[in-house]
Amino acid sequence: MDKPAVEITDMVKTFGETRALDGLDLTVDAGSVCGMLGPNGAGKTTTIRILATLLLPDRGAARVMGHDVVVDAGLVRRLVGLTGQFASVDADMTGHENLILVARLTGMKGATARKRAGDLLEVFDLMEAADRRVGTYSGGMRRRLDVAASLVAAPDVLFLDEPTTGLDPRSRSQVWEIVQGLVANGTTVLLTTQYLDEADRLADRIAVIDQGRMVAEGTSSELKASVGAATLHVSLRDVAQQPEAQRILRDALGSDAHAATDSGSFAVPVAEPEIATAAIARLFNAEISVKDFSLDRPTLDEVFFALTGRPAHTDRPDTVKESAA
Amino acid sequence: MSITTVTESATRPQPPGPLSASMTFVWRAAVKARHMPEQLGDVIMIPILFTLMFTYLFGGALAGSTVEYLRFLLPGTLVMTVVLLTVFTGVTLNTDLSSGAFDRFRSLPIWRPAPIVGLLIGDTLRYMVASALVIGLGLLIGFRPEGGVLGVVAAVGLILLFAFSLSWVWITLALILRTPAAVNIAGLLFIFPLSFVSNVFVDPETMPDWLQTFVDINPVSHLVTAVRALVHGGSPGSEVGWVLIACAALVAVFAPMSMYIYRRKV
Repeated sequence: MDKPAVEITDMVKTFGETRALDGLDLTVDAGSVCGMLGPNGAGKTTTIRILATLLLPDRGAARVMGHDVVVDAGLVRRLVGLTGQFASVDADMTGHENLILVARLTGMKGATARKRAGDLLEVFDLMEAADRRVGTYSGGMRRRLDVAASLVAAPDVLFLDEPTTGLDPRSRSQVWEIVQGLVANGTTVLLTTQYLDEADRLADRIAVIDQGRMVAEGTSSELKASVGAATLHVSLRDVAQQPEAQRILRDALGSDAHAATDSGSFAVPVAEPEIATAAIARLFNAEISVKDFSLDRPTLDEVFFALTGRPAHTDRPDTVKESAA
Repeated sequence: MSITTVTESATRPQPPGPLSASMTFVWRAAVKARHMPEQLGDVIMIPILFTLMFTYLFGGALAGSTVEYLRFLLPGTLVMTVVLLTVFTGVTLNTDLSSGAFDRFRSLPIWRPAPIVGLLIGDTLRYMVASALVIGLGLLIGFRPEGGVLGVVAAVGLILLFAFSLSWVWITLALILRTPAAVNIAGLLFIFPLSFVSNVFVDPETMPDWLQTFVDINPVSHLVTAVRALVHGGSPGSEVGWVLIACAALVAVFAPMSMYIYRRKV
């Protein structure tokens, strides 16, 4: 691990009134996978677009493999691959032609470009569809082609902006396998996601982003540990008893249930697992009928709630959706 | 073959030069046209429609006979056809920009204007097809260019140069406006007065003074006069000079403006 693959310091980017990035700092080690986790409008896409030289930051600096993304943009473009949130493959061309186009634009000539395109189609399991127009592809095939296109020049750093959003479970696990394969080979991957299980599964380190800042950073276990040792999940037989049950557990555990709905099931952070047993006993003594309970390590959903005070999946309507154009 | 082999095996080549990158975008346009031949509908239908419609609709009334009118009208039809087609350059670019394809292009190590220059070169080929159709069809129905092949080639060359220069206006619009439909409407609103309020169809002598003034400064009028002279073997005099000045002015203003917007586009 010599110099970091990506280094962002005090990055600010505003779109009109919206502060998309508000002093973001982020470092990604070479050869690792970093997952940027955050809700819509957190600034994830803006960060990726600045790193891929598509946007200029208002303030702050970003370096990719040691090169400044503004000053040495041309050099950075030779080292990175980008798979954006919106399909950047051409629906009017075949899969093979799309990859030849990118190969030629990275400087490969005729036969070399065709060979490279063919190899990638084979690896990404798109040989059968190679000569079909991309307009006829399924969402999963398009995304695979898109990732293939960003790998044509074997980049040192690959940016994946919400690579599995909108994909069916099978395509999703195919994309996951691709990312894991890349990492095994030493490519640095920076991916954004709204899916906590995705970050948990793929990323060596997770950066939790909210309102243009990093609110937490670490491995999945570190983040979970920072929130509390465990979470007590309780499921009640009678939904009407939920307010009473939450009150009792607040007294017993000293913390509020988070993201609770009136479904009769909720989760409460637990600082010391030993006192959880006593808390359950108090529910029993109050004649609250517990259908099920479990003591787990917190999920990333709970981590996100603990760090930001909001559940991770809420879209904030007051925030202009980033990117577009 | 596994993902490891493809990421290892690639030798990273030198990025392509400006010409090579631009020509790759011309190749892209050609490939797309092959898959979607209906994209060539405009360069085939508009020349045929304009040539036949204007000739037979106005010919008899304005000049007594269509053959006589063709001599005057066909150079104008040729100019009008190509000038109208330039609007589609902007529409195509805007469609591309909103598709996400340009995000990839802009993240590649290529000469920045290459996608746009490639588009313009490709469209120049389309304009050549349209010009050939107008002239070919004209020859069939009785058009006889007195300037011969050389005169026609020179005239088409001048039209293509003007079309290339004017296209930068649509490229600028395509980069500013949000949707292809908006570019189309803005383009047509601009192109109709520019092409009709000229000397394409009728002698401006019959127009009111204020209109004549516009016709006189309209670069399309100068282009039409120059093309008429070249096609029929006459001397275009200063008209070619005026056209070249208009071309230079269009490129000098809109090319840098569009590239500035393109570089900063969100």
